[in-house]
Amino acid sequence: MLSIKNLHVKLEEEDKQILKGVDLEVEAGKVHAIMGPNGSGKSTLSYVLSGKDGYEVTDGSATLEGNDLLDLEPEERAAAGLFLAFQYPVEIPGVGNMTFLRTAVNAQRKARGEEEMSAADFLKEIRAKAKDLKIDADMLKRPVNMGFSGGEKKRNEILQMAMLEPKMCILDETDSGLDVDAMKLVAEGVNALRTEGRGFLVITHYQRLLDHIKPDVVHIMSDGRIIKTGGPELALEVENNGYADILAEVA
Amino acid sequence: MDNMTLKENDGVKEGVDQETVDAVREVGGKYKYGWSTDIEMEYAPKGLTPDIVRLISEKNEEPEWMTEWRLAAYDRWLTKKEPDWAMVDYPEIDFQDQYYYARPKSMAEKPKSLDDVDPKLLDTYKKLGIPLKEQMILAGVEGAEDAPAEGRKVAVDAVFDSVSVGTTFQEELKKAGVIFCSISEAIREHPELVRKYLGSVVPVSDNFYATLNSAVFSDGSFVYVPPGVRCPMELSTYFRINAENTGQFERTLIIADKGSYVSYLEGCTAPQRDESQLHAAVVEIIIEEDAEVKYSTVQNWYPGDENGKGGIYNFVTKRADCRGDRAKVMWTQVETGSAVTWKYPSCILRGDDSQGEFYSIAIANNMQQADTGTKMVHLGKRTKSRIVSKGISAGKAQNTYRGLVSMHPKAKESRNYTQCDSLLIGSECGAHTVPYIEVKNNSSRVEHEATTSKVDDDQMFYCRSRGMDEEEAVALVVNGFCKDVLQALPMEFAMEAQALVAISLEGSVG
Repeated sequence: MLSIKNLHVKLEEEDKQILKGVDLEVEAGKVHAIMGPNGSGKSTLSYVLSGKDGYEVTDGSATLEGNDLLDLEPEERAAAGLFLAFQYPVEIPGVGNMTFLRTAVNAQRKARGEEEMSAADFLKEIRAKAKDLKIDADMLKRPVNMGFSGGEKKRNEILQMAMLEPKMCILDETDSGLDVDAMKLVAEGVNALRTEGRGFLVITHYQRLLDHIKPDVVHIMSDGRIIKTGGPELALEVENNGYADILAEVA
Repeated sequence: MDNMTLKENDGVKEGVDQETVDAVREVGGKYKYGWSTDIEMEYAPKGLTPDIVRLISEKNEEPEWMTEWRLAAYDRWLTKKEPDWAMVDYPEIDFQDQYYYARPKSMAEKPKSLDDVDPKLLDTYKKLGIPLKEQMILAGVEGAEDAPAEGRKVAVDAVFDSVSVGTTFQEELKKAGVIFCSISEAIREHPELVRKYLGSVVPVSDNFYATLNSAVFSDGSFVYVPPGVRCPMELSTYFRINAENTGQFERTLIIADKGSYVSYLEGCTAPQRDESQLHAAVVEIIIEEDAEVKYSTVQNWYPGDENGKGGIYNFVTKRADCRGDRAKVMWTQVETGSAVTWKYPSCILRGDDSQGEFYSIAIANNMQQADTGTKMVHLGKRTKSRIVSKGISAGKAQNTYRGLVSMHPKAKESRNYTQCDSLLIGSECGAHTVPYIEVKNNSSRVEHEATTSKVDDDQMFYCRSRGMDEEEAVALVVNGFCKDVLQALPMEFAMEAQALVAISLEGSVG
């Protein structure tokens, strides 16, 4: 599904290499987790994949179902089925949450040459999906992420994911700033979206999110490279011993 | 199209609906209203002289007193200088190189039936999105008043270049006692009202453009709502400049008598031309005791091209006088068009406990320049005013908010709240806020809040990562920024205004 080969990325504004040859294959139906110390390039990877400005790809490739992602505008990547759940969801004053999502859903449909979703169908669907995530009607009407608590913002990201039905979901530190109950709710939301055709890349610092979203594969990232890949037990190893042992092992 | 079948044939109606639908779809193009209609026009000679003033008066079959009033205004105009304090810059206007009067030839005689109407004029209405029934009425089709209306009733007065070409729903309004007609008709049919109120809010000598308008206005709308009457429908005027090198000088007079209510909508379009065109309108509103007037404008005159070629010079004087106690006025404007805008819809809060509100969205893109705002003049006790202004600048445009809040010595315990927000898109545009505050008593309160912000890269990326393209994303963010004002508009206008926000910002990103 998502195929990253030898990806090299530097900052556009300064001569600083962030990713130094990342190789990664996420298969449909699988959950891959990326863990790693601060500054290892995890968030950069998610931004580069979704097309944020400020980065320059100097080598390598990234494709989604064979489509060259790096060649597409951010909105084209979204229409191709890529979704990034933001670590810091952005506030948009005056724009109702529902209006935002409906605009997004229809923009993607239009880009794919599909019929727009009618107002009635949209309303029915969003109400059902919001209910599962314990998002009340008021939160749907409020401006996007304005005055939302940390937990509300993250649940809102998952709601967007549920409505947009992407093929490949990247979750960038979705557990940061969440208490245990909020994390459970978010994880349940993600688990409900796990299907055979959908891939996940879960970026996190901590093992605890992976207690709730069980990964198939765990990667450790350090200094712009994936230095170790294993099963769920690798996350436990990090939890118990920190990154130092693994770093020493590959050095 | 076979004109005779227009009123019976439902198929035609659907066809028109489809066209309207298509027109809306086409908004992806550039300036939507940029077409001109090839209609034979009757012009007065270029330039401005007492003879031209007399000719305009004569063409409108005006009484002697009106002609004299105009000529007096003309004399005053000769002594006045064009104001230069606004933050706008444009080449000197040669006022003798303008046509001051133009009207469609087919209107020289009022049409008796649709056959007498130039089909091109009908086409124009269609392109303007005027509903079919209103088109038929405007065109003077017999029995059109009895045809089924589509959607909500809105009475329409259309002013095409200098001439009002027709007003709809006159009969129904008459039943309620409301007079809604062209001002030229009002001068003929209701001289006592016009003489009493014309120039009483915006005096003939008020300012250069208002004085010019007083001399040469050729038409406009007139509304009178009698005491205690709530106008049964929204009143609407479409203004359109069509002919080349023609100034449009419309004059609107609205009188809301004691305890009455009326909501009035105004929409403006003009064709795309390389030459700049002049528009100098005057709107006067009189609001008596306990009466309320809502005046909404969607101004979408041609803004000129990306390099600042062409476009409308929009110099407008709008003022409401809350004469009676507890009178209320609300101005709402969405200003997206015009190359240069000079406009300050104002409220004179004369009656005790009277209220004035001003909600404004001003968008300036490419080379557009806007200097707009309001004046709240508090004269009566416990008067209240509220100003919410949203200025959006993009491209190389300059957008200035200029507003006066004045509390006179007798305006005890009065209050004003002003919120003035500017949004910048890109790095080559400018936003300016120029508030003037005068307080001459110690029991009044004036609050002013102002913010300036940029459309944030993070907001853009967030929207785009969800599938919206850049233009959709900007339109969404800007519409959010304008929400407080959009909510103040009547429903239909709010939809139109939202779409307009998107269109007028096209090309502002990327």
